[in-house]
Amino acid sequence: MVTLTHYLVLSALVFALGLFAVVSRRNGVAILMGIELMLNAANINLVAFNKYAAPGAIQGQIFALIVITLAACEAAVGLALVLAAYRSLETIYVDEINLMKW
Amino acid sequence: MTGEALAFYVIAAVIMASGAVVVASPNIVHSAVALIPAFLGVTGLYILLGAEFVAGVQVLIYAGAITVLILFVIMLTEGGTGLRFQQRNEQGPIAAAVAAVVAALLATGVTHTAWARGAGVLPAYTPGAIGQSFLGTNLLVFEGTSVVLLVCLVGAIIIARKEE
Repeated sequence: MVTLTHYLVLSALVFALGLFAVVSRRNGVAILMGIELMLNAANINLVAFNKYAAPGAIQGQIFALIVITLAACEAAVGLALVLAAYRSLETIYVDEINLMKW
Repeated sequence: MTGEALAFYVIAAVIMASGAVVVASPNIVHSAVALIPAFLGVTGLYILLGAEFVAGVQVLIYAGAITVLILFVIMLTEGGTGLRFQQRNEQGPIAAAVAAVVAALLATGVTHTAWARGAGVLPAYTPGAIGQSFLGTNLLVFEGTSVVLLVCLVGAIIIARKEE
């Protein structure tokens, strides 16, 4: 029997993986991959709550669809920023991008 | 063990294994390609949860579009796999500790909460219900999202184009 708790624990683990990637990676693209993992973890939660906590409503799935749309936007703009940073600074390693640092 | 539980544990193993490759591989192309099984595993979870339309959108947008976009940017910037560079900063141990603590806190939190089971049943055919909801109750959200998509399209083009 798979319960709501199973899905929530799995999503917590995926979220922790994404957090680890965001904090420990140097490459801007790899950081964006970590963010995608974290957004996926949130979506698992939304759809699981839709099934187990409010099966009569469809709002959880609607919310998950909107999060997927905004994740696609975020990936497009984020990767465009990585490209722009590479053009002007010749690097995508975020610890070498320190123009604003005194 | 029921078939549902078996499917859940197999899918969870796939997601965690490919997620580990995504966060830990020194080869950035391997990381990007390992995103695909992770996203497809999440698709399997959506199907288990009875959200067929969200599963289809997940395959189209995540496993299809976003992964290809990431691979394109890797090829456009680094021109290689990144094996010649160090991919981790010096915060590795701290990051692992923080991630483990967050995971442990969240897991204890959700296992010690008595989740109330809601009333009602999922609609038998969720795409129809989602479409009705998007053009009814959630019309404003739908229109707002389309404006955000347009703005982000224009913004991405302007940011990524060459300066004249």
